[in-house]
Amino acid sequence: MKQIQLFLAFFRVGILGYGGGPSSIPLVHKEVVEKYKWMDDNDFADLLALANTLPGPIATKMAGYIGYRVSGVFGMLNAVLATIVPTIILMIILLTSLASFKDKQWVAGMTQAVIPVVGVMLAVLTWQFTTKAKEGLGWLYTFVLAAATYVFMELLGVHPGIIIALLLLAALMKKDSAKAEDVEEST
Amino acid sequence: MIFLQIFLAFFIPGILGYGGGPSSIPLVENEVVRRYGWLTVEEFSEVLAMGNALPGPIATKMAGYIGFEQGGLLGAFIGVFATVAPSLLLMIILLRILMKYKDSPKVKRMTMFIRPTIAVLLGIITIRFFISSYEGAGVYHTIFLIIVSFLLLERWKMHPAFVIVGALGYGAVFLG
Repeated sequence: MKQIQLFLAFFRVGILGYGGGPSSIPLVHKEVVEKYKWMDDNDFADLLALANTLPGPIATKMAGYIGYRVSGVFGMLNAVLATIVPTIILMIILLTSLASFKDKQWVAGMTQAVIPVVGVMLAVLTWQFTTKAKEGLGWLYTFVLAAATYVFMELLGVHPGIIIALLLLAALMKKDSAKAEDVEEST
Repeated sequence: MIFLQIFLAFFIPGILGYGGGPSSIPLVENEVVRRYGWLTVEEFSEVLAMGNALPGPIATKMAGYIGFEQGGLLGAFIGVFATVAPSLLLMIILLRILMKYKDSPKVKRMTMFIRPTIAVLLGIITIRFFISSYEGAGVYHTIFLIIVSFLLLERWKMHPAFVIVGALGYGAVFLG
């Protein structure tokens, strides 16, 4: 039963995520956190942070880890294959038989119309993470960290993986003061 | 020999491409076009265009197709495996360690510290999607699709599968 759910969840993620790996983030969130409740928002945020920090495709890293967590190695294989195999087969068939497919106007139109929809899902997820951050850190620290991240990433071109690694290191080094414990209790 | 080459051609972009599939595209091009000469630049851009038109992760679609062209089914399997497996294994090991110490205050603080960064990352991807939609579909279609999909997803709690299928239909008819 778990295997069927895993397959269906990641089959939908793979077949609905237009615009490459990052577009699958809100879809994975929908299936894994909201629908099947295999993990909560906190664990999902950790997963996303690490997936962003490590090299390689994001969608398969998320699928593989979640599959592994839900039902071991077989679950991992199941989730990864469900994410990628259907569209690889489609790709091979289309490229070896009808190469003009991608030049069709209506195909381009379909892809274009999905992009703003995925944009809305990403915006909602962004908002959820912002409010989550506020619950843990308060508005001031959330704002400061967000602004600093933006400046380093977008204006100075620092890779997000480096920023995440530094933040993780800072969290690890910081002494467990009484104030920090207060913050933790309120999360 | 060809299988070893396929493995290396996709292992290197998989382990060097930080920031998800799209960032590994130039690295794949470097291997399959320049180093091994399996495809010309034109053929590569054909494959890339097709990868963009179809759903799902782009890097694995390219690895699967190019691997299939060079070495049949086994080639496709090796290409995909080399793209996916190394970073996935690293990820599982690191998250296992993290989850083991889940309740320690340090790990809780780690989770908390990175949350604003994740929000910014998602925010930036969001804006990129909206800009790309504005460039592709134009301002009116974009605003219409944003409002309608927001209402369907958030107010009426419709599953994204239906909203995306609806958008595909809309795009085929009105943006075609």
